[in-house]
Amino acid sequence: MKYLHLVVSNLFRKKTRTALTAGSFAVALFLFGILAAVDGAFKQGVDVAGVDRLVVLNRVSIIQPLPLAYRDRLARIPGVTGVTFANWFGGVYQDERNFFPQFAIDREHYRQMYPEFVVPDDQWQAFLTDKEGAIVGEALMERFNWKIGDRIPVKGTIFPGSWEFNIRGVYKGRRIQDDTTQFWFRWDYLDERKSFTKGLVGWYVIRIANPDDAVRLVKVIDEQFVNSPTETKTDTEKAFAASFVKQMGNIQLLIMSVGSVVFFTLLLVTGNTMAIAVRERTRELAVLKAVGFGDGFVLALVIVETMTVAVVGGGVGLGLAKLFTLRGDPTGGLLPFFYVSPQSIALGLGLALAVGLAAGILPALSASRLRVVDALRRI
Amino acid sequence: MVSIDGRGDGKSLIRARGLGKTYRRGGEEIDVLQGLNLDVDAGDFVAFMGPSGSGKTTLLNLLGGLDVPSAGSVIVAGDEITHMSARKLTAWRARHVGFVFQMYNLIPVLTTFQNVELPLLLTSLSKAERRRHVETALAVVSLGDRMHHYPRQLSGGQEQRVGIARAIVADPTFLLCDEPTGDLDRKSADEILDLLDRLVRDHGKTALMVTHDPLAAERARIVLHLEKGVLVEAAAAGRTQSPAPA
Repeated sequence: MKYLHLVVSNLFRKKTRTALTAGSFAVALFLFGILAAVDGAFKQGVDVAGVDRLVVLNRVSIIQPLPLAYRDRLARIPGVTGVTFANWFGGVYQDERNFFPQFAIDREHYRQMYPEFVVPDDQWQAFLTDKEGAIVGEALMERFNWKIGDRIPVKGTIFPGSWEFNIRGVYKGRRIQDDTTQFWFRWDYLDERKSFTKGLVGWYVIRIANPDDAVRLVKVIDEQFVNSPTETKTDTEKAFAASFVKQMGNIQLLIMSVGSVVFFTLLLVTGNTMAIAVRERTRELAVLKAVGFGDGFVLALVIVETMTVAVVGGGVGLGLAKLFTLRGDPTGGLLPFFYVSPQSIALGLGLALAVGLAAGILPALSASRLRVVDALRRI
Repeated sequence: MVSIDGRGDGKSLIRARGLGKTYRRGGEEIDVLQGLNLDVDAGDFVAFMGPSGSGKTTLLNLLGGLDVPSAGSVIVAGDEITHMSARKLTAWRARHVGFVFQMYNLIPVLTTFQNVELPLLLTSLSKAERRRHVETALAVVSLGDRMHHYPRQLSGGQEQRVGIARAIVADPTFLLCDEPTGDLDRKSADEILDLLDRLVRDHGKTALMVTHDPLAAERARIVLHLEKGVLVEAAAAGRTQSPAPA
């Protein structure tokens, strides 16, 4: 601590330069925070996917339905402890930009299949007694300022026509990362009104007794329906969610590429700045060594200065990213989980420190290797 | 007592024997110092004079452990410093040598107090003890009222006095002053020389000073002349002694 004033004084020596260097860290780490939030938003489904759930789809394509009759056959397979199903609706509420996922759900078993979504019993009962009832996630309720009892008009796209639903309940997530932007309504209502694909569902979700048995069960299920008119493709829920992310392209590669370029540029800029700063202080560093400060001290002094700039700048950038994401999804529904996680903040600070260290190490080494006699004579 | 004949009584504070320094420049070897002997007792005030390139600063660097000789040895207060590792030499400098530079070499972003405190940061003194030492050193150089000023807020003479306070604050074995008045006007130079004189006379310090200024040299008890790397003449209190063999 007794050396702290040396670090602080040096940082305030050229305030503009220090501010600009810290600013470049802030911009880079702000970008990192936003990219991490985007990446996290895409991968959220993968992260929260239940380990004991399988998803059964039509082998041809996710948009091809499956017969309702498969439900009982699936339920009879040893190792399967629960079956439910759902259907993608894809309606538009007021404006196409107001995207949110709408699912026609199996009212009998859907709630039990997803214990992470909590619906009060009385609200669920109200949903069961109203064919046009809907259960809405709390984030979605908040987004459109809806309240229970509201009647929500939705224009069908896949299933044409004007659809209206009564909000009968609100579900919450048990964990912060649970998606509460969904809109559920009864599949029997959809099946009754739609003019085609009657008696067909979008996909099945299966609960299995033992997650370790998943690989075997995937095979057993798909073999059940092989050579039938509607073959299945079964996967773990995690793999299913991951395949969705994959459809968006390799987000992680994109983020890594952008991030790498930004950090490499930052490394060069900061390294150059520190090299100039050290060169300007050659005489002072020589005097420090003359009066008895060792090579290691000088090395540490320069590195600590660089890393302080990195952490302060990076902290500001991550803080701004956090503030930015507090406003929620900027895309109007595509990224329901748009937030900077504590892990991303820790990783960002780690990256800032690593870049600070890498940028400071060469100037610090040259400072520590400085020969006092040469340095004093040079200037 | 100062001698340059290599026949010191062995009780000298600083003892150099056969001291040589050779630089290599563009394939050519330049002997800056050649087989130099020197004995300086505690409490002496020695001035080194000589033309540019005669090796004055090189000699000071070798005696202060800032550079290593090509030949010979330097023993200070019983410590043979010639073969010390760089790390040991750095620690030795902190304990034994107070440097006063021509350009003052204060750190511009630190206050007077913080500049003087620098050598004490290397000690195990508490904050309160460090403060006491710094205040004492600044009182000695009559700058107790400039403690929180930055170097840019001081005159050249004041800056050099801060430099001297920094040199004495850790109570080193001896002071090495490289042209301490070279950048000052006559009045400020005299004040600095008075101060060095007082440090030697009243505080028992040992000081070795390189200077081009004959008036500055006169303030030393002994004046040694260097020419082409050899001590050729010694004068004490205005009296010239017989030239001694190097």
